[in-house]
Amino acid sequence: MAFQIMINLVMALLWMVINNAWSFASFISGFFLGLLVLYFVRGFFRERLYFHRIYASLVLVLIFFKELVLSSFSVARQILSPRLNIRPGIFEMETTLESEWEVTLLSLLITLTPGTLVVEVAPDNRSLFIHAMDLQSVEATEEEIRDSFEKAIREVSRQ
Amino acid sequence: MIAIVDWVVALLVLVGAAFSVISAIGLARLPDIFTRSHAATKAATLGVLCVVLGAFMFFMVHTQEFSLRFTLTLVFVFVTAPVGGHLIARAAYNSGVPLAERSSQDALKKSRSESRSYSEKNTNSDK
Repeated sequence: MAFQIMINLVMALLWMVINNAWSFASFISGFFLGLLVLYFVRGFFRERLYFHRIYASLVLVLIFFKELVLSSFSVARQILSPRLNIRPGIFEMETTLESEWEVTLLSLLITLTPGTLVVEVAPDNRSLFIHAMDLQSVEATEEEIRDSFEKAIREVSRQ
Repeated sequence: MIAIVDWVVALLVLVGAAFSVISAIGLARLPDIFTRSHAATKAATLGVLCVVLGAFMFFMVHTQEFSLRFTLTLVFVFVTAPVGGHLIARAAYNSGVPLAERSSQDALKKSRSESRSYSEKNTNSDK
């Protein structure tokens, strides 16, 4: 990945030298031409192209904002309802993510989303203990996290 | 154009303030520390997000200043809020604060007692 970025930067530099134009705009256009060249020679790299990963990160950010808005409203509705009708509880969620930073990212995202809060990560990184503010069904909540965050994070870290 | 942006800015700031008020109400109403920390750290996230976004748009239109400092504010809030929330909940749980009575389940307690009996068994066999 670092290698691909370096090639891309070198191509941008080359573009600037060829055009003898030392401005930010020509750097940008050279950078995008470099992206295009990288795309055409993608068969020679053993890894995925690095901008796939950037795209996946953008998708992750969008999913996060969607969840943030949706669950903020549901928490607000619960707080403002005349009778508190919530069933809080701690449940265990097994995660298939392996590396340290993936689990860290997942628990950060879960904690940032209103309504769920990571209380503890199991010592072997295999499962998270999550406190949910309104736990109607463990399966549904787990499924939601698995389908949104875990899938998106795996997409980012895929080789 | 500027008038439209002004309306959007006003709306964003109002929504942000409303979320902050809701999180304060939640802090007072909810039964135990875990549910309260939901209200305190989370509803506030969206509140801060809206207010900062409003300020960012206001200054971009009125002083033509594209200030990245607002983005930095957001980054710091979004990095520190979950860490703080997690640590408060964890510290509360480890020092034995009980969950609210209406709580449906406590998976962590079960797992803790299992691992404790497991480690006790191991230390016994070591002796």
